[in-house]
Amino acid sequence: MTAHSVAPGAGGGAKARGANVVRATDLTKTYAADGVEVRALRDVSLDVEAGSFIAFIGPSGSGKTTLLNLLGCLDKPSSGRLEVVGTDVTRLDRRQAAAFRGAQIGFVFQSFNLIPVLTALENVEYPLVMVQDRPPSERRARVLELLEAVGMADQRDKRPEQLSGGQKQRVAIARALVTHPELVLADEPTANLDRETAYTIIALMKKMRDEVGTTFLFATHDTRIIGAAEIVYTLEDGRLTGRQERQA
Amino acid sequence: MGNVVKIAVRNLLRYTRRSLLTVSLIAFGVVFVLVFVAMTGSFKEAIVASITDSYLGHVQVHRRGYVASIESLPLNLSLEPTQLAKIQEALGSEPGVAGASERIKFNAMFSTFVETTGLRITAVYPEREFAVCPKLPARIVQGDRTPAGLARGKILVPELLARGMGIKVGDTVVVVATNKDGSVNGKTLLVSGILESATGPGGRDGYIHFEDGREILRMPGRETMEVAIRLRDFGQVERLGAALRERLEGRGGGREALEVHTWSQLSPFSSVARLIDMMALFMKLMLIAIVLISILNVMIMAVYERVREIGTIAAIGTLPSRILSLFLVEGVLLGVAGAAAGVLVGAAIILVLDVWKVSVRFGGSLQLFALSPRVDLFEVVLACVMVIAVSALASVQPAVRASRMEPIDALRHV
Repeated sequence: MTAHSVAPGAGGGAKARGANVVRATDLTKTYAADGVEVRALRDVSLDVEAGSFIAFIGPSGSGKTTLLNLLGCLDKPSSGRLEVVGTDVTRLDRRQAAAFRGAQIGFVFQSFNLIPVLTALENVEYPLVMVQDRPPSERRARVLELLEAVGMADQRDKRPEQLSGGQKQRVAIARALVTHPELVLADEPTANLDRETAYTIIALMKKMRDEVGTTFLFATHDTRIIGAAEIVYTLEDGRLTGRQERQA
Repeated sequence: MGNVVKIAVRNLLRYTRRSLLTVSLIAFGVVFVLVFVAMTGSFKEAIVASITDSYLGHVQVHRRGYVASIESLPLNLSLEPTQLAKIQEALGSEPGVAGASERIKFNAMFSTFVETTGLRITAVYPEREFAVCPKLPARIVQGDRTPAGLARGKILVPELLARGMGIKVGDTVVVVATNKDGSVNGKTLLVSGILESATGPGGRDGYIHFEDGREILRMPGRETMEVAIRLRDFGQVERLGAALRERLEGRGGGREALEVHTWSQLSPFSSVARLIDMMALFMKLMLIAIVLISILNVMIMAVYERVREIGTIAAIGTLPSRILSLFLVEGVLLGVAGAAAGVLVGAAIILVLDVWKVSVRFGGSLQLFALSPRVDLFEVVLACVMVIAVSALASVQPAVRASRMEPIDALRHV
């Protein structure tokens, strides 16, 4: 399968690099589990520049997923400040948070989470149809372009059950990018894939970042793919304990 | 909206067997209601037509108090000529009235010269009576079915009486009655026909000519006990009944006042008709329960099975209202499919029953009522609207639950 390039200016264009898309200050997240207080995140502060390709690593339970959930406006911090794309997301209600996610954030899940009753093309099209209410003329070209870019154009009429894990994740990446989000969050995107496919998926994400300029943040404990990240944050016991910049 | 429907349809097809089962259950309920309404409606129609067209008429006018003591057929509560003129004037000005028949009703001794028994007699002008009760000739199972069969000096004898006393057409019988002054008079009559019994009171009366009735009762003036009225449109019974009541009953009351009754106030079958309507209502309530429970069950299952999917679409920005609509549409589509299938199958069954011509007996009557089941468009629309509305209602709780799910919790669901 060949991945084609996506036109930088297509339907939204490449993002300007340099500005911060995430500004997190002293983020803390505390859960109550069985009456016991669990501090999943402790005083995490970080700024993320637009167009970054960042990995969060750490053992299970270190707070990677919790951090991504906060950055993705799926959850709210117990304390601390969090701005995503210039918006104080801690003040958003459920509806506003949903609308914000639909406009600014793309998600890539570990289990792909494609909608089983929709074809690959319809899955990619879904956010434009059901979230952004874009007209057919506007969305079809964008969807085909992205499917082409992730190398899934020839599989567009297949349903998720007819696709391999790697193919599903390609479709999921296209779906995450179809609304031109500022930020794509990927939680263990390669955990269910074999090594070769995992490399391919990370390379594809990076290629899309290069072409579109969208910021990619992904959580992983897969040491094989960490090398692709430009910045690697290490989380341990809910704290950011390391930041390592790598040469791309 | 088109995309919401498309996704909803695909989700229903995803669990084909379950969706088909639910649609079948709803369709079965719709079929049951439609066929029941059609059959009972036809039964009601047949019985009511038999009652009104063979002896009762659509509306009757009496002197006040007559109906209350109708069992004894009182002779002192007859309509006087002035009252009769008032009635005729009212009927003449009402274009919905097709015809009217004056009747004298009395209890008599009926004798074959060998045996004697009691008999209720209705004395009528045959042409007018046949116009008001067009099925009366059809009840004449032996003898002359024309108005000539009720010419002066002739009598139509009820079938059961004829059978019990061994009376045949052409026999001579005697009718003896006491008039309102207490004097007894009798008249020899020729049996011109044997009359089949009809359902309800008055369905086993003998018929003679009006003038013979006057003669037997020695009525000096043109008195009558009741005026039976036929309307052009049976559906206007209540309206025209009320109009005549307004015009004839007046507000003063007293012995001179008149009473107007529709068939339903005179026949005990109206209670049976009401019971049938109650049963139809009960069937509709059953349908509502079937739809409510089956849709609620399916939609609760659908939400439970698709928690992660709901989490995904919520995470990628689908608004709660859109998630709500996805599940509402799914439930409504089940209802629409069930209603459509039910209407199609129900219509086919009703058509078959109509062609088959099911016949029933009622109330020990010897008469067979051939049913022609039909269902009004209103009943079909009502059943469909009811099913779809209940489907939507049943989907609300699961849909609200889906729309209120926190994506973070839903995505964690295993």
